[in-house]
Amino acid sequence: MAAVLLDRLLDAGAAPASQAAWLDDARREAREALVRDGLPGARSEAWKYTSLRALAQRAYARGDAGAAGRAVEASLVALPGVDGPRVVFVNGRFRADLSQLPATSGLTIAPLVDVLDDTGVHALLARRFDDASQAFARLNTALVDDGVLVRVAPDAQVDVPVHLVFAGVPADGDVAWQSRVLVELGESASLRLIESHVGTDGQAHLGNHVAQVAVRRGATLDLLQMQVAAEAGVLVRRSDVVLDEDARLNLRTLELGGQLVRHDLVVDLAGDRAQLESRGVFALHGRQHVDTHLDIRHLARDTRSDMVWRGVADARSRGVFHGAITVAPGADGTDASLANKNLLLSDQAEIDTQPLLVIHADEVKAAHGATVGQLDERALFYLRSRGLPESEARALLTLAFCRVAIDSLENPALRDHIDAVLLDHLPRDVAAPTAQDAPNRP
Amino acid sequence: MASMLKIDNLHVRVAGKDILKGLSLEVNPGEVHAIMGPNGAGKSTLGNVLAGRDGYEVVEGSVTFEGRDLLAREPEERAADGVFLAFQYPVEIPGVNNTYFLRAALNAQRKARGESELDSMQFLKKVREKLAVLHLKDELLHRAVNEGFSGGEKKRNEIFQMALLEPKLAILDETDSGLDIDALKMVADGVNAMRDPARAFLVITHYQRLLDYIVPDVVHVLADGRIVESGDKSLALKLEEHGYAWIAERKIAGAA
Repeated sequence: MAAVLLDRLLDAGAAPASQAAWLDDARREAREALVRDGLPGARSEAWKYTSLRALAQRAYARGDAGAAGRAVEASLVALPGVDGPRVVFVNGRFRADLSQLPATSGLTIAPLVDVLDDTGVHALLARRFDDASQAFARLNTALVDDGVLVRVAPDAQVDVPVHLVFAGVPADGDVAWQSRVLVELGESASLRLIESHVGTDGQAHLGNHVAQVAVRRGATLDLLQMQVAAEAGVLVRRSDVVLDEDARLNLRTLELGGQLVRHDLVVDLAGDRAQLESRGVFALHGRQHVDTHLDIRHLARDTRSDMVWRGVADARSRGVFHGAITVAPGADGTDASLANKNLLLSDQAEIDTQPLLVIHADEVKAAHGATVGQLDERALFYLRSRGLPESEARALLTLAFCRVAIDSLENPALRDHIDAVLLDHLPRDVAAPTAQDAPNRP
Repeated sequence: MASMLKIDNLHVRVAGKDILKGLSLEVNPGEVHAIMGPNGAGKSTLGNVLAGRDGYEVVEGSVTFEGRDLLAREPEERAADGVFLAFQYPVEIPGVNNTYFLRAALNAQRKARGESELDSMQFLKKVREKLAVLHLKDELLHRAVNEGFSGGEKKRNEIFQMALLEPKLAILDETDSGLDIDALKMVADGVNAMRDPARAFLVITHYQRLLDYIVPDVVHVLADGRIVESGDKSLALKLEEHGYAWIAERKIAGAA
């Protein structure tokens, strides 16, 4: 696809300063692939429901030259109940002045520019993205000049949550930024990590974010991804996770903000007995378009994935959910399940859900299912008959539907906060349903 | 004395089928009325149409509650007016906490009536008082609304909600169905504790048994969408003895 977007971003000014020859090579290679293949068009299966046509014609400036000085409200970056190390990026730029990096035993947090001589960083940053559908990851590699490394030493149990914040605030014009997060948990280590994407209204930036996560043997990562980007923002994210033997990822994902949002979540259960448990929610209103793409790959024996995703679409919004599970040859004893339930709250909203199961092994347990429905009218009447106004009853039922993602959070202050954020993003004044409900027989 | 609830010649259609066919009924404050009748007579339709459920088409007649046209009111407005329906089949609502729901409901009603909302301390005090009467465990409060409740717990939870919301008119739709004798007594105790000169009850039931414990002032027999017989509590005993066929015979005899 011919793209003004790419032309402008790739041609703007000089190439990012070179800090390491290998990095320059990786950037050049990514840039060449991008120039060759462009952005995925309508024929790309992976982008079937999310057209990039409009985005491709937008000309964003590359990075925000004033990012280091932008004022950011404390309430934008703070999370109730979360008071540990915090790493703040504003318009893609690391802000030491807004970050808190207390020394914590076994934990290393460092801006990427400071760790370019690290072989682990090298391996992750130089990773090639071979598929043309991974255009944004290529763009990230080609242009990224800021990011963070979070590393936990083997056997270290970090008992404070680490909070990464990516904030979008108004700049002099619309800007595009690239950000990169590298996470590595050493053997038998454990970490709670929160990745927040936030924004203030009045900006329509393009954030392009890649997180690469390696969880080594026997380690456990609790990852909460909270996306409450600005209403007009565009956010493209890719999360690549590799789970080694006996490693475990507990993932909670919330997609609430943004105008056009795409999240590719790729999890490789690469070691025997690796486990993934994930709970995800997207709740959309207005004209939001949010596309979640799961690519879960069982590559080893006795691996387990358990995924529950809930989607809510109101007004003229559109939700896309593609959940693919692949069981590789030899990955016997795999236990995989994916359930995606959706609520349509308006006649004009749309949800496209596509669970996909590809199995190349024997002795596999796999289940998947997807539904799209409306609020339960019986429950709605029950709540109203007790005095709750209809809009409140609808919001309460919708919230209840979404809560599956946060029920298991152990931090009550954070759970209450997410409840409030969810409620804030749910439709409060939904018109009475237009479709005449089937009469309830006595 | 002005009647609290006045139903006049009510005709209701459900899914194109006539269910209520000219039902008239007056209930005064302080009275307990029992509505008995065979399956399919329209008992539950009556409860649902009074509470404002969708899908019930009123084709003729009127219902006034304290002089106001009840049928023009939304379900939540009826609740704030003081109408309460104890459901025959209480709905399980996963993800909605029982306590949160009850406080939100009570405060929504109070707000609609121009009363001050209760804070959580005031609310919990009220809750503890009412729980004790129904022999309900505290633990139910922390669960989701009706989720995983046994049949008996669900029905007692309905009565508990009634006790908490303190309606003027409580409609009990076959609250006795599926209850063992102990649960039945608890439900009856809960209702009797709330009997008050200012409050009325409409007890819809298929069986006479409940009326041994909640003694009605008036018993009505509902058959084929109409009230065909009214009397004092002895009418319920006669029904128990002779069965609903007896009513059908009397109707035919009366018509002849």
